[in-house]
Amino acid sequence: MRRAVLIAVPYAWLLALFLIPFAVVFKISLSDIALAIPPYTPTAKDGIWTMLSQLDFENFVFLTQDDLYWKAYVSSLQIALISTLFTLLVGYPMAYAMARAPEQWRPTLLMLVILPFWTSFLIRVYAWVGILSGEGFLNQFLLWVGIVDTPLTILNTNTAVYIGIVYTYLPFMILPIYSALDRLDGSLIEAAEDLGCSRIKAFWLVTIPLSRNGIIAGCFLVFIPALGEFVIPSLLGGSGTLMIGKVLFEEFFSNRDWPVASAVAVILLLILIIPIVLFQRNEQRQVEDGR
Amino acid sequence: MNRLSSFNVVSLTLGFVFLYVPMLILVIYSFNASQLVTVWAGFSTKWYGELLSNDAFLDAAWVTLRVAVISSTIATVLGTMAAYVLVRGGRFMGRTLFSGMIYAPLVMPEVITGLSLLLLFIGLGLDRGVLTIVLAHTTFSMCFVSVLVSSRLVSFDRSLEEAALDLGASPWDAFRLITLPIIAPAVISGWLLAFTLSLDDLVIASFTSGPSATTLPMKIWSSVRLGVSPEINALSTILIGLVTVGVIAASLASKQAALRARRDEQTAARAA
Repeated sequence: MRRAVLIAVPYAWLLALFLIPFAVVFKISLSDIALAIPPYTPTAKDGIWTMLSQLDFENFVFLTQDDLYWKAYVSSLQIALISTLFTLLVGYPMAYAMARAPEQWRPTLLMLVILPFWTSFLIRVYAWVGILSGEGFLNQFLLWVGIVDTPLTILNTNTAVYIGIVYTYLPFMILPIYSALDRLDGSLIEAAEDLGCSRIKAFWLVTIPLSRNGIIAGCFLVFIPALGEFVIPSLLGGSGTLMIGKVLFEEFFSNRDWPVASAVAVILLLILIIPIVLFQRNEQRQVEDGR
Repeated sequence: MNRLSSFNVVSLTLGFVFLYVPMLILVIYSFNASQLVTVWAGFSTKWYGELLSNDAFLDAAWVTLRVAVISSTIATVLGTMAAYVLVRGGRFMGRTLFSGMIYAPLVMPEVITGLSLLLLFIGLGLDRGVLTIVLAHTTFSMCFVSVLVSSRLVSFDRSLEEAALDLGASPWDAFRLITLPIIAPAVISGWLLAFTLSLDDLVIASFTSGPSATTLPMKIWSSVRLGVSPEINALSTILIGLVTVGVIAASLASKQAALRARRDEQTAARAA
């Protein structure tokens, strides 16, 4: 009896506030365009048949006709992919060095990685606005050192978006890789070196494959949220930066076209289901391997 | 073996410079007397004064704090229940769906979560305000809590609970007296995580709040869209300072708790 209550309460909460809302989004994506009015007709009260007969796919057709949306999906994928790669390139050496650090330093290093994560995301993105702008800190520094003669335009370009994503999502990449490397048995590398591997070859043949799960988890943890990112492209990107999260937000709040915004969300969700399912499988396998 | 190569040292140093210098610049420039954020015109705390006399910011901060306390508390209760069900619940109908709903919000883009909740609230005819933000924040943060708590539940020795049950404790007593104290650190960090997630959230709050409730991130957002402002630098510095103090205090407390636990274990071992 108690067990039933224990299961029912969180279950009901998630059904009501997580699953049902998606059904609503799906439903509205198939409704007629009615500006600024909740497009709720017809509802289940009118009977299932009326609901089904009134479904129309014109919002999805509309999405295929306006190439803004396709470009936004493709460029979101591209930006998320490239920045995930950069995050890996920055994060792996850090995670590796942390795992190699003397035992007594590790908690401090870990805390230093986690601390920015507790600090406001919005503020961390905002910090880069002042650094990357035309007369910003970075340009002043580069001019002072003499690397450039004229200030670089970085803010309001895709480069700024890459920097922003790498910066804010770096802890998500470091932590899973660190935990994979931390568990790694050092004697395996010694064995490889004893058997004639060079250090670099041992790294490629032993360390990288054994930290594979951490790399995969880190990449998903960066890629999936980066794909739907809204704050970073809006603050750091320019008018040329198309990301689907930003398009969705503007479609909803500026154009107030709810059916189209819902259709945009449905397609984004469909795109995301693949990496999310892959991620969950990888997590599950990791749990099974761990025990 | 445990010596860092120079490559390791360089990558760590550069990495931490990258992580911390932007925030450091923000903090330094919050004490800049000039209105122009990139020109240094001497030390001044005037932006802090202006911030503290700005009622709109203070109101938003109050709303944010209330939402965060309420939603993280509900989320901790629900999340702990969900974790217990996941780890100890055994088989029940729709278990896969349940665990899917626990993990999916962790990776769901905020724009989608926000949009779907807004459409639901409008469909239900619920007036948007503090209540709807609390509902939304509770939903996504309970999932983070349950992941944290379930990892703790998985790793602890189940026989302790079974012993209590064998000795005649009711399941509720066994949970209250044995399980809860053991998972307490995870429950507390779950609450803290839920609290910060709620404080930090911009996108979901933008969708689920009405004209009656503006949160601090929404307020910050509407100011930073216009460019860099010294008032926001001051506000950021206060927030960064609070987080730093909080995290350091929490880590010291957990270190002390670990020391005490080890001492207890040693005492117990000696007594046995």
